[in-house]
Amino acid sequence: MVMDWQPVWLSLQLATVTTLLLLVIATPLAWWLSQTRSFLKQPIAAIVALPLVLPPTVLGFYLLLLLGPQGAVGQFMQQLGLDTLPFTFAGLVVASIFYSLPFMVQPLHNAFESLGSEPLESAATLRASPFDTFINVVVPLARPGFITGIVLSFAHTIGEFGVILMIGGNIPGETQVLSIAIYDHVEMLEYSQAHILSAGMVLFSFVVLLSLYYVNHRFEMPRR
Amino acid sequence: MKVTVKVLLSLFLLGLLSWPAVAMEKLQVAVASNFSSTMQRLIPSFEQQSGYRVTASYASSGKLFAQITHGAPFDIFLSADGERPHRLEQLGLVVANQRFTYATGTLVLWAPEARSPEEALQQLQQGRFSFLSIANPKIAPYGAAAMQVLAKLGLDQRFIKRTVRGENIAQAYQFVYSGNAQLGFVAKSQWIDAGDNINGVVWAVPTHMYSPIDQQGVLLKRAEQNPAALAFIDYLYSDGAKQIIAASGYGGLTQTITVE
Repeated sequence: MVMDWQPVWLSLQLATVTTLLLLVIATPLAWWLSQTRSFLKQPIAAIVALPLVLPPTVLGFYLLLLLGPQGAVGQFMQQLGLDTLPFTFAGLVVASIFYSLPFMVQPLHNAFESLGSEPLESAATLRASPFDTFINVVVPLARPGFITGIVLSFAHTIGEFGVILMIGGNIPGETQVLSIAIYDHVEMLEYSQAHILSAGMVLFSFVVLLSLYYVNHRFEMPRR
Repeated sequence: MKVTVKVLLSLFLLGLLSWPAVAMEKLQVAVASNFSSTMQRLIPSFEQQSGYRVTASYASSGKLFAQITHGAPFDIFLSADGERPHRLEQLGLVVANQRFTYATGTLVLWAPEARSPEEALQQLQQGRFSFLSIANPKIAPYGAAAMQVLAKLGLDQRFIKRTVRGENIAQAYQFVYSGNAQLGFVAKSQWIDAGDNINGVVWAVPTHMYSPIDQQGVLLKRAEQNPAALAFIDYLYSDGAKQIIAASGYGGLTQTITVE
């Protein structure tokens, strides 16, 4: 039995890059959602949550059309002299950011909202700048939210299948991730290889969630 | 609330009681997804002739194989290849020595931007594309055939990083259709199905360049005595069915039941 570990490595890379980029994108977005009184708050929150309810194949199908050479984004990229995104690792990163966005935004949004306005006002009376307040007051207090967001985004991206199936093209070393490899093994009737990877996924997901619950429990205890 | 539960339960039990009677009349066929549109043309014609009802389930051959080995309630399995029917035969799940080739797949190279078949072939040979789309050769017989053609043309190693692999022939088609791949090896039946809805031309790959894509069917053990199942297999060999299958873009339908 020959075991190919490249898809595992690729999935880990994809999840790491996606999670890091999501931290950068989702933190300001979640902060804005927690502070704004704009009428846009609800529509934006709904758009962010869309990947939770949409079948991944829907997301993947539209990304394939939108990012393709005939799609709006694809044509824009070509005008810039760039390659189109489907069938590339960069394309998977873009898709995964959309797909895992709610898993980063929502825990952060909840954490920011539960802070209330008091810590911010106290910081303001001490003449802290808004940025200063955010880094030194908000981030430490919202730590459980950050941990939850990072862990869930990472794990969710590792488990991503439908979107990648639609736009990946199954190129080894480029877009053939773990879940696709499992699917292929099952299709090829190579059930023992599928078992190894699948059992690994189950174990990985359990350990991730378990540690998340332990960590959050530890953070919540002192507050009670 | 409780009344509803009781009503539902009695309906369910009633359904169980009448189940064997219904099962004799109905025919459950598991069909490889590449044959789905053809099957949808065959079913009404068969139902009209025979009076039996047909329910078809469409999925990839690999998935249907897995379902059948785990006891899925199918009577006939129309696979996209010969290997999976053969495996089922070895496992003793189907009626032995009854494998039959119901259709032979035909491979074409689809080039949406080309104006002639020659131009399509040149486009491939000169590498004038960003991505070439094929079905996954490890899973799909059309993909394996495409790899054989690429090997014959001496191109199999050259475009590895630019060859995208659909999970099945439908996805290989979809990659070209959406414009993400500029060339693709697809099934002739898909090209015919699309009619005037798609652009470009196809290069009909000479059949000597790939081993025949024999799509085989098998009769499952549980349907050995099912008259509807036997009638359907007979029907597949009728001139009417052969015509429908040939018109859908499949070739070489002269094979009879394979006895080994």
